[in-house]
Amino acid sequence: MSKKNESKVREPLFHIAKRTSMVWWKAWLIRGVAILASLVVCALIIVLLTKQNPLEVYASMFKGSFGTKRKVWILLQNMAILLCISLAVTPAFKMRFWNLGAEGQVLIGGLASAACMFYIGDRLPNLLLILIMFAASILGGIIWGVIPAYFKAKWNTNESLFTLMMNYIAIQLVSFAIMVWVPSGSSVMGVINSSTSAGWIPDLFGQKYLFNILVVAAVTALMFVYLKYSKHGYELSVVGESENTARYIGINVKKVIIRTMVLSGAVCGLAGFLLVSGTNHTISKTLAGGNGFTAIMVSWLAKFNPILMILTSFLIVFLQRGAGEIATNFRLNESVADILTGVIIFFIIGCEFFINYEIKSTRAKHKEGK
Amino acid sequence: MKLETPAIELKNISKTFGSIKANRNVNLTVNNGEILSLLGENGSGKTTLMNMISGIYFPDEGQIFIDGKEVVIRSPKDAFDHKIGMIHQHFKLVDIFTAAENIVLGLKEDGKYSIKQVAARVAEISAKYGFDIDPMKKIYEMSVSEKQTVEIIKVLYRGANILILDEPTAVLTPQETQKLFAVLRRMRDDGKAIVIITHKLHEVLSLSDRVSVLRKGEFIGTVKTSETNEAELTEMMVGKKVSLNIERSEPKNPQDRLIVKHINCKNRDGVKVLDDISFTAKGGEILGIAGIAGSGQRELLEAIAGLQHLDSGEITYNNPKTGITENLRDKTPLQIRELGVRLSFVPEDRLGMGLVGNMDIIDNMMLRSYRKGKSVFLERKQPKSLAEKIINDLEVVTPGATTPVRRLSGGNVQKVLVGREIAAAPTVLMAAYPVRGLDINSSYLIYNLLNEQKKHGVAVIFVGEDLDVLVELCDRIMVIGSGRITGIVDGKTANKNELGLLMTKIHQGGEKDE
Repeated sequence: MSKKNESKVREPLFHIAKRTSMVWWKAWLIRGVAILASLVVCALIIVLLTKQNPLEVYASMFKGSFGTKRKVWILLQNMAILLCISLAVTPAFKMRFWNLGAEGQVLIGGLASAACMFYIGDRLPNLLLILIMFAASILGGIIWGVIPAYFKAKWNTNESLFTLMMNYIAIQLVSFAIMVWVPSGSSVMGVINSSTSAGWIPDLFGQKYLFNILVVAAVTALMFVYLKYSKHGYELSVVGESENTARYIGINVKKVIIRTMVLSGAVCGLAGFLLVSGTNHTISKTLAGGNGFTAIMVSWLAKFNPILMILTSFLIVFLQRGAGEIATNFRLNESVADILTGVIIFFIIGCEFFINYEIKSTRAKHKEGK
Repeated sequence: MKLETPAIELKNISKTFGSIKANRNVNLTVNNGEILSLLGENGSGKTTLMNMISGIYFPDEGQIFIDGKEVVIRSPKDAFDHKIGMIHQHFKLVDIFTAAENIVLGLKEDGKYSIKQVAARVAEISAKYGFDIDPMKKIYEMSVSEKQTVEIIKVLYRGANILILDEPTAVLTPQETQKLFAVLRRMRDDGKAIVIITHKLHEVLSLSDRVSVLRKGEFIGTVKTSETNEAELTEMMVGKKVSLNIERSEPKNPQDRLIVKHINCKNRDGVKVLDDISFTAKGGEILGIAGIAGSGQRELLEAIAGLQHLDSGEITYNNPKTGITENLRDKTPLQIRELGVRLSFVPEDRLGMGLVGNMDIIDNMMLRSYRKGKSVFLERKQPKSLAEKIINDLEVVTPGATTPVRRLSGGNVQKVLVGREIAAAPTVLMAAYPVRGLDINSSYLIYNLLNEQKKHGVAVIFVGEDLDVLVELCDRIMVIGSGRITGIVDGKTANKNELGLLMTKIHQGGEKDE
């Protein structure tokens, strides 16, 4: 138990210590190294699984996002929608209200737009119609967001489960609407008003997606200002950090919860509007396409900073587009693309550990010490 | 019984956390049959050092010897194998288990598990050292002192020869403390080596054989208790001479400021936490509140601050400017402020209630004032200058006003909180355990701030745990036990033992002062 030599062997080899702070460029250096390391690991996977040249695969991945002008626009459009939903969940998350219902809130927003197009599309001038659709979508998103918020504020229900369940209701509502609207009984709805284009957002400067991108850019700026410089933003941060502190200084916690979810739902509804009116011109159960959940990752990765979210949403969309491209170009299974995306994201999130902590060798220290 | 043989020896122990040197080249010897006090201010590295002996941390440098042989302690299990037992400040017990069940929890013993045998051995240990414990009693039914007893028996049951107690008297009444000390002396006479971590000087002097002092992680020295005194120990601890007197000026023209009448309140489980509390806080005086932790102090202050629903009773406030009497019961904190009641409150839970840990000092300053003005945007100029003023005036050690407050040390966090509450120019100032975890200098700074407020005519309500301080600082001391007032005494004539007795006195007839 106490022989000298033995005791040395039993000492731990290293220990982990929290860093106090780190120069910003060092942090970015670590992130850069992490991305390089992830590419090396991905290359190994590619060689082992598919025997393809990894450099070619990467080149094709890059081309998937930037290969043609059209692809760049699609990249930007996908980014805009993902960013919009990420911005929507951010105030709720900052308040520690785990809104997992963005998917449903977007869907209801889209459904509201589609309903307007379907029922009153041919009766109103286009501008008025679009304004009504805009308002209806936002209202739909708000309703879907406020229901769980009200229950949370009133009876302290679990918002994660509640919002998650609301997603399924939204999906069923869309299914029902499609069943009513499509006479053939098909479960897929075609483009609405394809002849009149009523309720379609017109192209700006000949670009179909420019409107969406500009709207989301504006929302990003507004959300940044709201969270950082407005009293509301301050209140929701206090509620999120410590409900007791909020009560102590006289913040009406219930009111803040509901108000924040109104905002969160509204922006989700807006995303639904952009998807239906500005992009697809139709509605389907997969309108949000999982972006409601991906947005959670985008928001967290950016540490709830709307400006950084531009970067993180770009990263995610770039990987998605690239993965899709290599899946078709190299006739790879979609799963291989998913594995690569997963590896890259794992490295990016994992490197934060090395930014926050350092690993020290116990042995080296001991030698110095003695 | 071997006297003067080292049970445990530490040589050149160092430990760093990030850039903080928690322990630097500490040398310490504890003999068998001796009580050693490890004295030092908060943050001086006492607990870190003991955690290294009990296997929670691993030293960066240095050696540990037990009975003259070098050992490596990597986990609490290793520590037990070396017969080291630590009684932590925060008890580590399972509430719904009995004492006996907690005592054997996690122990791998050969043979059949028999709770009766365990109980018998517990009884044997209790008899030997003079503990008073029912092995079959459930933890949640126990008082703090009983829980502590369970913790001590737990380590004795495991055969510990070296016992480390981290701030064991922090939660005890004077009478319970005396009982604990008697037990510790008996264990010492039995040949056990005992280390108590503390910062209370009078306890050090009355209990221990030797005292080792740490200051800012550095080992200052070891002295024999019989050859030292309070002043010398303080100087070793703080590094300079400190005067340990708190001034108490005569209250000037005290007027009834806050009147609490017959308030009752229940907690979430329907248990009565405030039972018919009535008292008056006067402007220009400090009203102390003494009591065992959890006797209703928190609920009482929260009730006044508008954070606690009352079942019955009245809370009224006399506005010294307008002379109007306002009713505060069933008002929210915001409504209370809108009435023009300048009530400041330094809650017990500083980072969980008084401040937001992840926000910087400026944003924490805004908590009280951000609503001002009609703009939807925040105004950060005034909070910024207030933050800078407080950092300057109260000598807050921080890299800057934009540092998140959770990065500050306990004393500096408290300076930020008290500074903000005083900056609001209160007429009533409530402070719950405002010096808990603070070093001597910061503590005296806080006492002085409270005294200053008193001189400005503020009604100060001070909930404290150190009876010596309460007796020195307060003009009147109200003692509560189990949510009831058990007495209100004059601070000038009160003594510690009297307060201790009142603290433990539960149901007492209608007789109440005032």
